[in-house]
Amino acid sequence: MKALLTGLLEWTDARFPATKLWNEHLARYYAPKNFNFWYFFGSLALVVLIIQLTTGIWLAMFYKPDAELAFGSVEYIMRDVEWGWLIRYMHSTGASAFFIVVYLHMFRALLYGSYKAPRELLWLIGVLIYLCLMAEAFFGYLLPWGQMSYWGAQVIISLFGALPFGVGEALALWIRGDYVVSDATLNRFFSLHVVGIPLVLLGLIAAHIIALHEVGSNNPDGVEIKKHKDANGIPMDGIPFHPYYTVKDLWGIGVFLVLFAIVVFYAPEFGGWFLESANFVPANSLQTPEHILPVWYFTPYYAILRAIPDKLTGVIAMFAAVLVFFVVPWLDRHPVKSVRYRSKLFRLLLIVFAVTFLVLGWLGVEAPTPGKSELGLRLGELYFAFFLMLWVYSKERTAAFSYGLFLALVVLLMIFDSIRYDESKQALMMWSALLPLGYFIVFLLLPVHTRLNESHAVPERVTS
Amino acid sequence: MKRIATILLFSVWAPTGWSAGSAIDLLDAKVNLEDTASLQRGAGLYVNYCLGCHALSFMRYDRMGRDLGLTNDQVSENLLFAADKVTAPMDISMRPEAARNWFGVTPPDLSVISRSRGPDWLYSYLTTFHADPNPSRPFGVNNVVFSDVAMPHVLAPLQGRQEYVRGEVPADAREVHALGLAVNGGDILVQKSATMSDGSHVPVVDRLTVTEPGELRPGEYRKAMRDLVNFLVYVGEPSRLDRQAMGFWVVLFLIVLALIFRALYKEYWRDVH
Amino acid sequence: MSNGLDTARRRFLTGAATVVGGAGAACAAWPFASAWQPSERARAIGAPVEVDIAKLEPGARLTVQWRGKPVWVVRRGEGALATLPALDATVRDPASDEPQQPEYARNPHRSINPEFLVLVGLCTHLGCAPSYVKAGEGGLGADWKGGFFCPCHGSRFDYAGRVYQGVPAPLNLEVPPHRYLSDSRIRIGEDGETA
Repeated sequence: MKALLTGLLEWTDARFPATKLWNEHLARYYAPKNFNFWYFFGSLALVVLIIQLTTGIWLAMFYKPDAELAFGSVEYIMRDVEWGWLIRYMHSTGASAFFIVVYLHMFRALLYGSYKAPRELLWLIGVLIYLCLMAEAFFGYLLPWGQMSYWGAQVIISLFGALPFGVGEALALWIRGDYVVSDATLNRFFSLHVVGIPLVLLGLIAAHIIALHEVGSNNPDGVEIKKHKDANGIPMDGIPFHPYYTVKDLWGIGVFLVLFAIVVFYAPEFGGWFLESANFVPANSLQTPEHILPVWYFTPYYAILRAIPDKLTGVIAMFAAVLVFFVVPWLDRHPVKSVRYRSKLFRLLLIVFAVTFLVLGWLGVEAPTPGKSELGLRLGELYFAFFLMLWVYSKERTAAFSYGLFLALVVLLMIFDSIRYDESKQALMMWSALLPLGYFIVFLLLPVHTRLNESHAVPERVTS
Repeated sequence: MKRIATILLFSVWAPTGWSAGSAIDLLDAKVNLEDTASLQRGAGLYVNYCLGCHALSFMRYDRMGRDLGLTNDQVSENLLFAADKVTAPMDISMRPEAARNWFGVTPPDLSVISRSRGPDWLYSYLTTFHADPNPSRPFGVNNVVFSDVAMPHVLAPLQGRQEYVRGEVPADAREVHALGLAVNGGDILVQKSATMSDGSHVPVVDRLTVTEPGELRPGEYRKAMRDLVNFLVYVGEPSRLDRQAMGFWVVLFLIVLALIFRALYKEYWRDVH
Repeated sequence: MSNGLDTARRRFLTGAATVVGGAGAACAAWPFASAWQPSERARAIGAPVEVDIAKLEPGARLTVQWRGKPVWVVRRGEGALATLPALDATVRDPASDEPQQPEYARNPHRSINPEFLVLVGLCTHLGCAPSYVKAGEGGLGADWKGGFFCPCHGSRFDYAGRVYQGVPAPLNLEVPPHRYLSDSRIRIGEDGETA
């Protein structure tokens, strides 16, 4: 029996690099031995991908991409198809799970400088994957053909209408294929959601993994394990991915599946965050629902869009907020990768960014009261300021540079505020200006006068 | 131009809160899907009072019977008026155009209404119909949580005539806004708050009270409406009880699986120093 | 690295993870496989149908649809029933040994009530719809006793749906499950409690 299997493997290996692939990507792929909690999310993203592909293929067997039938076919899945409700809830929960996992995965890269040389391309491919996921989610959200699906698509497509010289309107019309979101739009979104984007996504994910295994994994210490190899050429701080990280990731997957099942079986709507109540009303092109909001994973960007009182600028800011991730490897040129050995202020910078992102996400689902809009705008400023600070912190800056930049930024803020000046909001604008002002005082001026921005010595080898 | 564009954009997509429906505190529907008797009574009420106009076209009679502990014959005898087969969906025979003529709108299908409106809103809606003499009201009634609703109060024979008695508003109140609903004996209170010219707040209480009794006493009527809402919550997601019952075992299994994986991981990682 | 390695424990845990994980994968596959079963809607459409046979004249045939297939109800007169015993020698399966009918229709006349024959109207050869041809009609010769004739490949069946010898069809016409709700109503697609 064993001889037969060995023979079969040899026969295959002569024709297809099965053993070679296994070794290169698992058994003899040496990963740093000091991965921590944050390193679970890459493999979890793969697990969610598999869940989404499987449940998605099954849903497409019953779903009807037709404006007349779509809403009913979703309820058909929920009621008449055996186990259809489970498959559908797995898919809707999986969509949100995908973004949770990916956001944590991206934050890990920010924490440990995983986008720095030689991993810039790895990061770029990752950002492309993130963009594809957003497109995939957006196209998919139209398919249930509920009110939220319909008006969400309507609004997002109208964003393109902000482009000047009549280009925008023509573009929006072309995307919809009709004068409003309609059957034509549903059909093309369906095709892109189930075929187009998934193909691109799979290709990009393969490229992401190939690129990762070419350069090797980063680690919480941000040191290159390939610098210290033993006599056999094996990194001394590396351990074979299989079995060590396969079993460790299995444990992570186990915990993830428990949480995933709890949501699927007990809170599939997740209090309106994963499935919105207005989407249980069939799409109606004549009636806008009272309360419309995008799904949570888009709300940070939506909050930025909404806070800026000019359509084109808002749209540009929103897209810039996403696209700015592409240039991160060239903004942050600091030689120290890991947050562990970077300064206290850098640590604070990351924390403030995470909080900014979360609060923006919350603001995106809230009613736009003057106070909340103002907060959204200021947090939008902080959002972009983070990326500026990544560049500023790339090396030691002189006092003149820091003060000069500080003054320039204050002037810029004042110009911006005078453009959008509104007498009724005068006090609000003054008070809220303390937010960016304080931010710049802390992150630009403190390094000049304190030692809070000093990095620590990076060890030669990983610490366990 | 820019200003107009901005206004247009945000008027299309302007969130003003989380849950759909009313901004005031609603009555608690206290639904219980395990209460089969309540679901059966709710189904009876629905078929007798609602199914004339509001279809449940995603629900089949036989599935409902199975889930509510009724045999097909029981369903046929007691609930099957609008269709001829127990396997049929709970559709209505009224044509949408006719409905439009009568009510000005097409009565919506209510299969998933409990998922868009929520049980508390439905319960509050069904209990707060009241007489409204305003000639603009076609059926002489109005509703507290759905003002100027197009639907007549078809449950009036059960509830009787409910009047809306306004509470006294202080003369120098700047503005009055509703806070919530509460049950008080046979009445339903609409609790409001008046903002005085000096900025202080004074409570104002409006009252819904039955002046001509119907077949049911107010408490009984509310209980009947609870049954009806319970039924609608069931119809919104028939597999809900299955889902929750099954979830326990799935989660338990996955916890065991995760613990085995953990032991495996710990065992292998004893190699790593 | 391998100091104090507990291979037995490692092997046991690997085995346990494989078995429990495999069981989990199998359970997870179950809903996906089940989703291919006929849905509630398909089953509702394929639900038993009721037929009123009160107005069916002797010798007449009535066709209804059940699960998308034609089902005949034929009211056989005395004459038609009388042809059956004589044909025992010329049909392939005179005693209905093949399971082409419910147990309660496994009798010389292949029905619950001798008068009413209920059949799925699809030829057991390749699924064509045979026609109802009375004795002496349709150019089937003088010795044709009446029954069903499949125009596709010439299979012949008698008044009980029994297939003649020497024709392509291998089996008798199928009798679907059915029961009498009353003397004049049949429900097709559902077995009765009594034979």
